[in-house]
Amino acid sequence: MNGNGNHHTIIALVQDKPGVLTRVAGLFRRRGFNISSLAVGNSEQPGLSRMTFVVDGDQYTVDQATKQLDKLIDVVKVANISDEEIVSRELALIKVKVTPATRGEILEMVHPFRAEIVDVGAQSMVIEVTGSGDKIQALYGLLEPFGVLELMRTGRVAMVRGQAEGRVSDDLIINYHGDGLKVNEAYEVGSY
Amino acid sequence: MELTGAEIVCESLLKEGVEVIFGLPGGAVLPFYGALSGYPQLRHILVRHEQAAAMAADGYARATGKVGVCTATSGPGATNLATGIAGAMMDSVPMVAITGQVPRPAIGRDSFQETDITGITLPITKHNMLVLNVEDVAPAVKEAFHIARTGRPGPVLLDIPKDVLVGERWPFIWPDKVNLPGYNPPGEADAVQVSQACELINQAQRPVILAGHGILISHAYAELKELAEKAQIPVITTLLGIGSFPTGHLLHAGMPGMHGMAYASLAIDNADLLISLGMRFDDRVTGRLSDFAPNAKVVHVDVDPSEFHKNVRATVPVLGELKQVLGQMLPQVERKTHLDWLQHIDTLRAEHPSLHIRQTDELLPQYVLRQLSDITEGNAIIVTGVGQHQMWAAQHYAYKEPNTLLTSGGLGAMGFEVPAALGAKVGRPDKAVWSIAGDGGFQMTMCDLATAVENNIDVKFAILNNGTLGMVRQWQDFFYDKDYFATVYSGNPDFIKLAEAYGIPGIRVTDKTQVATSIRQAMATPGPVVLDFIVKQDEQVYPMIPAGESVNEMMEEPIPQRVM
Repeated sequence: MNGNGNHHTIIALVQDKPGVLTRVAGLFRRRGFNISSLAVGNSEQPGLSRMTFVVDGDQYTVDQATKQLDKLIDVVKVANISDEEIVSRELALIKVKVTPATRGEILEMVHPFRAEIVDVGAQSMVIEVTGSGDKIQALYGLLEPFGVLELMRTGRVAMVRGQAEGRVSDDLIINYHGDGLKVNEAYEVGSY
Repeated sequence: MELTGAEIVCESLLKEGVEVIFGLPGGAVLPFYGALSGYPQLRHILVRHEQAAAMAADGYARATGKVGVCTATSGPGATNLATGIAGAMMDSVPMVAITGQVPRPAIGRDSFQETDITGITLPITKHNMLVLNVEDVAPAVKEAFHIARTGRPGPVLLDIPKDVLVGERWPFIWPDKVNLPGYNPPGEADAVQVSQACELINQAQRPVILAGHGILISHAYAELKELAEKAQIPVITTLLGIGSFPTGHLLHAGMPGMHGMAYASLAIDNADLLISLGMRFDDRVTGRLSDFAPNAKVVHVDVDPSEFHKNVRATVPVLGELKQVLGQMLPQVERKTHLDWLQHIDTLRAEHPSLHIRQTDELLPQYVLRQLSDITEGNAIIVTGVGQHQMWAAQHYAYKEPNTLLTSGGLGAMGFEVPAALGAKVGRPDKAVWSIAGDGGFQMTMCDLATAVENNIDVKFAILNNGTLGMVRQWQDFFYDKDYFATVYSGNPDFIKLAEAYGIPGIRVTDKTQVATSIRQAMATPGPVVLDFIVKQDEQVYPMIPAGESVNEMMEEPIPQRVM
């Protein structure tokens, strides 16, 4: 699911300073990118946060954006991990309508997804589900006919698999030689 | 001893070796000015508009290679700096801009003269910081200068709230080093990349060097000259690379691109290898990318990896600081003669004499620049804005030394010439400095003639006055059916009376025969002088490769009669 089509998973180790999110988001915005998912949180190192982005764009544009991201002073490391062996997770909270008649059916449905019921009310319940975006989408699809009142999803968090040497995601430095371009193929500028 | 934030800024500027600050005070930055008056070692030059402060700092930085410093108050002061900051960003000029901000408790309340200047300048600075604590002031100044001058240089803005400048006191402790884990500008290049690049250079039959601003920034002129001479490779200098290689050198092959010399663009078209040194393949250089250098492999040396493959795919990208990289490459580059290739370029030069000025009694702007070049012997610092005058200045002045053409390249800002020339002269009092303007650009920043007068900054202000926005009119002429809408300046002031109003001499030149004497007269007059050259109106810049087209669509001067 990673590295397919125009979906790219990029992780960044950033200094935990005000404005860093604006800088990063601004970079993508200036290149007309849509950030389809974003997750930020503390890292294992004090003063540094990790960001995971999922962005859509062609290889050329993603390569440019990654290099530009690396130029930001507050960004310590960046890696495009789309083609790597990674573990990635999202979390969703789904508030679904329930009636005495549907409660049992929903509970049964949720079970194979290893989702948890985290809140139960007279007319609704809140389900917490963790996994890939596809898995969350599948559960959502099943619950939709019962009436989903509210859906809240986190962005994706991703980590490169440790493999034998226990490497970390930051070891993947960006490839300055990658270009994503064929010979003489670049976006053509208009006449200005 | 404990100092105020403002005093800490001043102490920090001294530590950074700052000699001069261009600025204009206002409410929020006034505490800084209050401290500055106690530091006579920090010369302050009061401008008439904050844009001039940023552009003067830019001109100072380009002329000296040092970091230019400008300052302004919050709100409109800060936003007025923006055009000057954007120009420094586009042209990789080291600059530190210090702005006052409203006091911390007032931030976010739409207070008087509050703007989010760090937000506004986010995409036009290399970095910026809102300094929220007095203890952060000294490290922030140190970081700002470090970031501005190292790697690929650029502008850094420090926004300091008024109550950080004056409210609290803190001991002045100058940090030993900067703490920037995310910022590691490259030095030497990878040995494999260097040897791959040299292999391509040694194999090439028809190589050209494209020398950009990076040569000037990294002071790599000697290395560039050695490389060119050792392997007998012609050197094409980009607009911002002019001065990185002597114009009169036998291997110098002109400027490429939209208004470059035809033989330079044709040489790139015929080349089998581009050795691109500290240049970024601007669209004004390349034209249509798919037709640019169709037969060439590309060795691209740059300190900024995001330049690789951005516009042109590099066969071998070499990441590193240019002077060091050239030092690594030189021993591996073989001596060559490239006789056939150099002869071919000579033939192109003979067949496409782009720089000939036609014989006429009319006062041609090109003629003015050629005369200026001859009389100053190519030794002046020439400062231009953007447009026709800029291209003629790039084409017809024989630059001998580095950092002698200062021009608004990437941003293309009209009006840059006047304040940037002031900054250049302040930084290089030993050099003659000429501001070359059109009548359009001059009127954007001529208010800062007062700054020249007040500080007796000896800049000669030449106006190539054709009564129009010349380059825009040229486009209307070529591409918009000669619909000269909104490009005629029919209400221009009398620039001689204007000069007189500022108390400085003004010389009007209407005839070709007066050009040389007027230039000599200006040079013999100490202090600022305005020269108003009334030039032929519909003179066009040739050659021209229309935007988005290729060398195959190049338009050369249609007049058949050419005389040296």
